[in-house]
Amino acid sequence: MSLLPFCQWLAETQGSIALHESSYMYPLLESSHVLTLCLFVGMSVLLDLRLLGWTMRRIPVGEITSRILPWMIGGFVLMVVTGLLLFYAIPIRSYQNVFFRLKMITLVLAGLNAWTYHVGIHKKIGEWGAEGRPPRRARWAGAMSLILWAVVVVSGRMIAYNWFDCDLGQSAFINWAAGCVPGVR
Amino acid sequence: MFEYFHAIEFSAAGQMIKNSSWAFAVTESVHLLALSVIGGAVLIVDLRMLGFGLKRQPVADVAADAYPIMVASLVVMLVTGFMLFMSEAVKCYYSQPFLVKMIALALAITFTFTVRRKVARAADGRISPAVYRTVALVSLMLWFTVGAAGRWIGFSG
Repeated sequence: MSLLPFCQWLAETQGSIALHESSYMYPLLESSHVLTLCLFVGMSVLLDLRLLGWTMRRIPVGEITSRILPWMIGGFVLMVVTGLLLFYAIPIRSYQNVFFRLKMITLVLAGLNAWTYHVGIHKKIGEWGAEGRPPRRARWAGAMSLILWAVVVVSGRMIAYNWFDCDLGQSAFINWAAGCVPGVR
Repeated sequence: MFEYFHAIEFSAAGQMIKNSSWAFAVTESVHLLALSVIGGAVLIVDLRMLGFGLKRQPVADVAADAYPIMVASLVVMLVTGFMLFMSEAVKCYYSQPFLVKMIALALAITFTFTVRRKVARAADGRISPAVYRTVALVSLMLWFTVGAAGRWIGFSG
């Protein structure tokens, strides 16, 4: 299944062209996307470090989660909205970008990790969440979250580089991974 | 002043980062990761001083926990930031966002390690909510300017 026809259609819409060609909207969107990292990833990192037992040991995990989660969700919504608009401005190149694809896959994995934690060990937080170091499964979730979000951030930053762009002529592997189609773009 | 900027860019290290196809990208990625971390460490304390987030803990406790995280990520930001600067010092010399960022950065660091540190460490009940709020807002404004102007260096010139 290829989403390329959809991206090609999207790229032809008025809004996409306007965003793509605007001198201020695109940089503003990108700046908002980047600065919201402080809110969303910054808060996630604090929670993950707490799950690892490396910081805020005196504060119960449940207390941190319930106080921080609304801010994380707010940050996440901002990231998704600005991220979707950035994609909307440059749909075809993003879709055929290996770093963008890596970022989307890692996003799904980060989501799965968070979901596994919440329906798993987090349900028993009453037994372990008070003070000190959380159990192995919670620490594991925190470590995985740190790694996965770091990959999301770095691969997101790398989308800007054209090293592996289809139109530059790539190896067979990159052509496959990026879904390059001869003549498109 | 220009000679210094020029000399830094054309130093061996400056040229190495500039001419490598991945050194700048990797350095910038680490800069961005540290931005996320320092953002969290600053926000958790500023939000607490504004009356949000970890409301049940004293400001001083939250600040003490966040302090090592903030300092560590600040060191990473300064080191990687200087490396990025080395690779394009001449561009930075002519860049208005760069100048704004450096002024805001000097103010933010000074404010954070003097006024904000003193207020955040004070015992519970010794600081009025209005003072907490003012300190938090000044901190947020200064660090926001650093971040926004920093992002704008890449868009201009």
